[in-house]
This record gives sequence, structure tokens and C-alpha cells, in this order.
Amino acid sequence: MTLLPFIALSVVAIAFALLLVLNRNAVHGALCLVVNFAAVAVFFLMLGAEFIAVVQVAVYAGAIMVLFLFVLMLLNIQGQEGGLEQKPRSQILIAAVLGILLLAEIGVLAPLAAGLGGAQAAAVPADFGSPRLVGLTLFRDHLLAFEIAAFILLAAMMGAVVLAKRRLA
Amino acid sequence: MAWNAPVPFASWVMLSGVLFSIGAVGFLIRKDPIIMFMCIELMLNAGNLLFIAAARYLGIMAGQVFVFFVMAVAAAEVAVGLAIIVAIFRTKSTIDVDEMSGMRG
Repeated sequence: MTLLPFIALSVVAIAFALLLVLNRNAVHGALCLVVNFAAVAVFFLMLGAEFIAVVQVAVYAGAIMVLFLFVLMLLNIQGQEGGLEQKPRSQILIAAVLGILLLAEIGVLAPLAAGLGGAQAAAVPADFGSPRLVGLTLFRDHLLAFEIAAFILLAAMMGAVVLAKRRLA
Repeated sequence: MAWNAPVPFASWVMLSGVLFSIGAVGFLIRKDPIIMFMCIELMLNAGNLLFIAAARYLGIMAGQVFVFFVMAVAAAEVAVGLAIIVAIFRTKSTIDVDEMSGMRG
């Protein structure tokens, strides 16, 4: 976890996040987001979260982005791409001001964050972030939350089917 | 500053903050709801990154488990949100968010 790979990957992650926002084409935006997610997965690896990194690639860069691409191709919207210039100037101006404020706030707060500013990584056991330890924490300490998450996914699945179903005339 | 110096925690907070800000601004300036959704995913991901960094720097596993739950909820949110977009496109033949001005049934 040294500075050089951190900065190199940060540049990639931020550049592709910006490309997503500034890109005219929604499909290109989705592909930019995949690269961003992959960069974040490598960050997870650097932070010792091997299991979460793999889940990030499989669930986010895999399943969720495929869902986005499916819907993009299903709707196949042409000629009404939401380019930046179609938004009122005032709205873009307000968004820019709010974004800069947010960024400045975080820039000021980051060094103070919970007194951890210059903190170095804690000493952790070698299996920190391994599937075994994640599973133990998940099923021993957070079992109820896990069951609730399962119900949320079930409800979302049924909701998506009901919402997207073609109405039978 | 040595290139092989360890990364301080503040750097992770800043990186996460930059990604979150890009997502927030993107959500405000785009009018395609699918891209707005992707910006929400970007913001969720920035939050996840901070969770993982805090878990590592504090040496607590709970942060990683929380990210697991955030991913589960994000998957549910995307499925329902995209289904709503498809349903709106079926009824209105457009997904321009500025056209979605009516809550009247």
C-alpha cells in the first residue's frame, strides 16, 4: 500500500468517473463506469479486502452493469441523448458550485477526519478480509442483517418483475 | 515525498470525496435517468471505498461486512429503478426527467 500505485490508480478512477459524467453516449458511459469499478476493486485489494474486491468485480462490474446495458439496449433511445447543453445553464452553474463546495468541504475535513488524518494502517492478522473471516463476521455478528438483506433482494426481484411486466390488455 | 511511502488515511478520504463529488455533480447536470443512476452507483462506490479504508486502518472487519450489505441494497435499488424507467418509457415513450413532472395518476 504505497503512494505510487495509489496515485496512478486514483488518476484512472477519477478520469473514468469524469468521462462517465461528461460523455454524450450512455453506453460509453456504462463502459467507463466498469473501468472505474475495476479500479476501485484494485483499491479494495490494496486495502486487504480480497473477498469484497472479487464481489465488486462480479456483482458491480458484472451483474449490475450488464443490467444497465440491457436496459440501455432495450429502450434504444435515439436522438434524445441527454447532452450537457440541453440542461439550463443555471442548473449546470448551481451544480458546479455545489460540487466545488462539497469537494472543498471534504478537502478540509479529510485531514481532520475522526482524528485519523495521518493515521497509518493498523496491524491486522494475515487473513484479514479473507472469505473465511468475512463469513464468520457476517454469520456470527450480523446474521439478522443478512436475513433482512435476503428479504430486500427478494422484494426487489418481485417488484422489478411486476413493474416491468407488459400489461395484459 | 517518497513514492514508496505508505498511504495515509486522509488520502483515502480525499479520493473517496472526489469520486463522490463527481457522482453528485453528474447526477445534477445530466438528464438521462440511466446516467443519473450510474452516478448514484458512483457515489455508493465512493462510500464503499471509505468503508473498506476505515476497516483496514482501524483493523475492524465490520466495515467490509457493511460494504457487502451496501452492495446487496444497491443491486436491489438498481433492479427496481431500472424497472421503473422501463415502465415510464412504456407509458410516456420518453425518459427525459424534465418531462416527468406529474404525480397525477
